[in-house]
Amino acid sequence: MTNAPEAAAVLAGSATKGVNGVALAVFVFFFLAVTVMGFLAARWRKADESANLDEWGLGGRSFGTWVTWFLLGGDLYTAYTFVAVPAAIYAAGAAGFFAVPYTILVYPLIFTFLPRLWSVSHKHGYVTTSDFVRGRFGSKGLSLAVALTGILATMPYIALQLVGIQAVLDVLGIGGGANTNWFVKDLPLLIAFAVLAAYTYSSGLRAPALIAFVKDGLIYLVITVAIIYIPIKLGGFDAIFHSAGKALSQPGAVPGKPRGELVSGPNAQWAYATLALGSALALFMYPHSITATLSSRSRNVIRRNTTILPLYSLMLGLLALLGFMAIKAGTDIQGNPQLAIPQLFEDMFPSWFTGVAFAAIGIGALVPAAIMSIAAANLFTRNVYKDFLKPDATPAQEHKVAKLVSLLVKVGALVFVLTMDKTVAINFQLLGGIWILQTMPSLVGGLFTRWFHRWALLTGWAVGMLYGTLAAYGVASPTQAHFGGSSKEIPGIGEIGYIGLTAFVLNVVVSVVLTFALKAAKAPDGIDETSPADYTADAGDRGVVVELPPATAGAPAGH
Amino acid sequence: MTQSAAPPDRRPVITPTRVIAGVCLIAPFVAMLWVSSYARVEPTLIGIPFFYWYQMAWVLISTVLTMVAYKLVQREQRARKGGGSQ
Repeated sequence: MTNAPEAAAVLAGSATKGVNGVALAVFVFFFLAVTVMGFLAARWRKADESANLDEWGLGGRSFGTWVTWFLLGGDLYTAYTFVAVPAAIYAAGAAGFFAVPYTILVYPLIFTFLPRLWSVSHKHGYVTTSDFVRGRFGSKGLSLAVALTGILATMPYIALQLVGIQAVLDVLGIGGGANTNWFVKDLPLLIAFAVLAAYTYSSGLRAPALIAFVKDGLIYLVITVAIIYIPIKLGGFDAIFHSAGKALSQPGAVPGKPRGELVSGPNAQWAYATLALGSALALFMYPHSITATLSSRSRNVIRRNTTILPLYSLMLGLLALLGFMAIKAGTDIQGNPQLAIPQLFEDMFPSWFTGVAFAAIGIGALVPAAIMSIAAANLFTRNVYKDFLKPDATPAQEHKVAKLVSLLVKVGALVFVLTMDKTVAINFQLLGGIWILQTMPSLVGGLFTRWFHRWALLTGWAVGMLYGTLAAYGVASPTQAHFGGSSKEIPGIGEIGYIGLTAFVLNVVVSVVLTFALKAAKAPDGIDETSPADYTADAGDRGVVVELPPATAGAPAGH
Repeated sequence: MTQSAAPPDRRPVITPTRVIAGVCLIAPFVAMLWVSSYARVEPTLIGIPFFYWYQMAWVLISTVLTMVAYKLVQREQRARKGGGSQ
């Protein structure tokens, strides 16, 4: 979405504009408050024995309805979402609104699938989805594939959170000028990052859980104010959509085509629907959604949450409309649509409230970034380190490795953001969505049936990954030769659709056909360590202890 | 969970309650993926095109539907547990 000259223009623009002192002060104030909370979180609901992965990586599996709500909300609706969704609306109109049906569809899916995962994970002490896949199919190879896909898909997601913070810092005027030394230029981001890394390291999942309260409080406040105050200032929704419709019908970047449309035209509807469905399926496969889910106290906490989480979707819908307001207000985006919302806020709000709004976005980046790095660290520790490198690792060693990996993952994301163009992070995030969707047959298939053969699932995964990556590589856009978008013609149907979903269908077909073949050939099936009752067990049932002893993290139960 | 107390579940997997809960959970998919049913500007609501307010209205509708499904599933589970362990 941005190329080098544009980025340079952004930096130059922010340098000439100067620093917004009041906004910066408010921003720094909230940032410091959150930092203190992050470190204090280590003592919140602390267990007696805390040096294990259940405590650090899942918050002791103790979170009730409200904490889980803030955690999942803080996790799924990231700073990048707040910047990118209105930016997409600003750039192309209706197409960007797919985020709303997408988040509507996520909850029925979570309602149906994740309580089963919670039960079986609680019963067997699974910390990650790969733990479950290993236990269910008795295949370390399949488990490794799921783990690596998860880590690979999460890294660019963390990088994008840093991109979100950068957008805010740019508009605040402390993004640095084109001529400043790179170190000075990136110093604010480095500080934000160091703070995040430090408290995630010391407090684990408890830190983002606690900070999520502040983040969401601020976000709800800002959105409510924005959605009432800005339309009044701009002359009402009638005026906003009128001028947005006009602006979108102007010629866009693709010659001969308008910039966008106010409602999805017949040619865009397949893409709209498949993107919504594919993204919904992908979202709850992401390691960070699973980590937040598994940290809840009981099955019912998850189900109850699916009835209150849509409040965030409503907020997202309102937020998306801000994209149209930015069009109407004639916000100067300096060539970068990502700046539309931060800039709109700065133009519309008094300085002090701009600071509040920016703090909301900034903190909104820290929460998911922390959860994502914890989720990736859990995956690495359990499914690479323990399964392949050091099978006899003690819970204390797992804990230590996970903490270190959470640091490494974040440093990786930081290097990514600082050394490469933002478009690279966005491209990889797009690929990540396609990739993570390919783990679904193993996970969801496994939750409901043991019919699939492990080798068939592994092959299906490989085919889906390969097709998805190649197809995405082949998509060109006006500014990019490759990875220009996530939609492409669906083979056999001829409509434009989301690549991830096409790859997923291919994946399922391969898995089904090969399972038939492998069963006919009597290929050895792995050992399933779970039993049907494990999938419906709830805390408090007979044989299901509420508090898992730390040792379960080390020895898989059942065998 | 109740393996020793009760014989393996002989009760049907598909019950009327579950069918209704299932319909509640599937309805949002039908409504949202059928894009041509709502891809228009009129009627507008306080100036917002139908396309946008309709989808946002579905956030609320799907919430209510999920709540109904939750209550139904919970009630059935309680009934099963009460019947199963005694």
